[in-house]
Amino acid sequence: MANLAQAIRLALHYGETHLGVTDIFGEDVGPPLGGVFTATQGLTKTWNTPLDERGILGMAMGIALAGGKPVAEIQFCDYMFNALDLMKLAGNAHWTTNGGWHLPMVVMTPVGAGIHGSIYHSHSIESIATHLPGWKIVMPSNAKDAYGLLISAIQDPNPVLYMAPKALLRVKGDELIPGEPADERELHRRIDAPLGDRSGWTPNWPPVTDFSVPIGEAKVCRTGDRVTVVGYGHLLPACVRAADVLAQEGIACEVIDLRTLIPFDLPTLQRSLDKTGRLLLVNEDTEVTNFGEHLLRKLVERCFYSLQVPPVLLAGADVPGVGLAWELERHSVPQEEDILAAMRKLATAGE
Amino acid sequence: MDPKLALHIHDVMVQSRQTEEALIRMMRSGHGYFWIGGPGEEAFGVPLGLLVDKGSGPAHDYLHLHYRSSCTVMAMGTAPIDLLRQMRSTITDPFSGGRNFAGHLSIPQWNVVPGTSTIETQYVTALGTAWVQRRHGGTGISIVNGGDAGTAEGDFASCLNWSSRPGQELPILMIVTHNGIGISTPAAQVQNTPALHERAIPFGIRHGRVDGNDPQASWAALQEAMAYVRTERRPFLLQADVSRLYGHSSSSGARPEGGRDCLSEYEAKLADQGLLSPQQAAQIHERWREHLRDAVHQVLKEPMPTKDDVFTHIFYRAPD
Repeated sequence: MANLAQAIRLALHYGETHLGVTDIFGEDVGPPLGGVFTATQGLTKTWNTPLDERGILGMAMGIALAGGKPVAEIQFCDYMFNALDLMKLAGNAHWTTNGGWHLPMVVMTPVGAGIHGSIYHSHSIESIATHLPGWKIVMPSNAKDAYGLLISAIQDPNPVLYMAPKALLRVKGDELIPGEPADERELHRRIDAPLGDRSGWTPNWPPVTDFSVPIGEAKVCRTGDRVTVVGYGHLLPACVRAADVLAQEGIACEVIDLRTLIPFDLPTLQRSLDKTGRLLLVNEDTEVTNFGEHLLRKLVERCFYSLQVPPVLLAGADVPGVGLAWELERHSVPQEEDILAAMRKLATAGE
Repeated sequence: MDPKLALHIHDVMVQSRQTEEALIRMMRSGHGYFWIGGPGEEAFGVPLGLLVDKGSGPAHDYLHLHYRSSCTVMAMGTAPIDLLRQMRSTITDPFSGGRNFAGHLSIPQWNVVPGTSTIETQYVTALGTAWVQRRHGGTGISIVNGGDAGTAEGDFASCLNWSSRPGQELPILMIVTHNGIGISTPAAQVQNTPALHERAIPFGIRHGRVDGNDPQASWAALQEAMAYVRTERRPFLLQADVSRLYGHSSSSGARPEGGRDCLSEYEAKLADQGLLSPQQAAQIHERWREHLRDAVHQVLKEPMPTKDDVFTHIFYRAPD
């Protein structure tokens, strides 16, 4: 099975050959490296930029204004903070011009902790990004969704922020992407650039398709009637594994992968919470003004009388950064055992 | 310069000056909230607008204009009443539907991309339109303007850097209109030289400086710079020294600040050349003054945005 980085690469290949992507660019995105996470190896529309996030976003906006279809990368979301006003401008251009202009552009960026990335390679940015109206915002948690969400992002006529959980970029999926070879060694031979000199290498792309994951559609990964667990990105697989542990104990938890943060799939969350009455929201961003707090407010407003116990947000510690030492990271970012404990506690609360 | 053109430039300069003064009066009369504009920049901005290759798409010029550029779009053909509509924040405001300040322009059919209040961001969005034009070929270029104070922002340096990468040069005409002051801070306090165009030198970018109070010199300098960018597909940095006749904005009163007045200087020159008498000039001023009086009355009757308009155009939806 493809991993997330390979899935992104496959989707970009489909995008540049079938969906009109004109430019895929960012720092080290083009040859010879093809991206610090290998996600842009072997593509034809890639090129390297100066080390200048504001220039990258301005370039993307200008290409979109001139009728192109850019996919820009900010190498780590930690380095997007110096360019937030350009993100804001991209998001508000359609509204401020009263519909005069729209910007069909995708910005990809790796997010989150989990790779011993220390202070400036571990940020999450969703709480800030979701304060930029006019952007659609997606984050996959597995390779197949990584492919399908990127296809949808490319097809969308609005700015779309595609957040890739960097801790999962090397994680293989458990479902084939349509067109992906069943043998992962074959996929590796066909699309992974060799180490060392790559000047003579060209990929042999498998016949991938326009399979897409609609923006705005969450996915119910595990069904259950005891606790609703809502997560996305990096920590979603841990939520699923924790649910599987509890299922063996006879506690059926419903795990929902939000997949799209803006616009999020409120009806799916509401249906689940009306069923379970118990809510756990999980993400790794710092907890103060966390995006999960917004979900919490929406769900409490709509499902107040369904709630059986107080809902819980399990998020990153409100500290200035994720420290490098493992004990620092482990106690800054929710871990699988923390999620399992929170789910178990919610499942039995009030009894 | 052909006398007909010289007189046309004068006519648009008067139109633009009268429009800006009408905007200020509207703001002072409570018919608008905030004024910012470019009276004092007409001698440069009008020739710029007249020289633009106007149209839609990369075959034509893209304009990344800052908020002192109403004279440029009027030279392109924008009616003064549309600028008044934006001051009044009517729903008929063609640039923003009542959402943005005066002078924050957006004209998709002429490649005038969204104007913003964020200083200097236009210098990086210009990279993208120029990149598409580089690929497209032809003679379309990207034109970006801004003031002297804004050149302190990193985006100005980004434009110089990205547009001059070897083998990837971009067809951008970068313009700095230098009025010597940023809100209240004199340029000499914050910059080591008034020759901002020389910042092009380390990037190998061709550059020039012109008296932006002289429309005929501006016309010639713009023609030369544009011809270079159109044919060589390389960047050019042009500094135009201009005046700021009514201050930064209404935040500082929008009152006359003195300085060279390009319009009165130009009228004296046209009189010397026997092209326009003071009486004829006065008639042109009166014609535009009357035109704007009528336009203000019209705008005051036009509808304002409603509650429902808050929620339109957040996301674009392609037609079915």
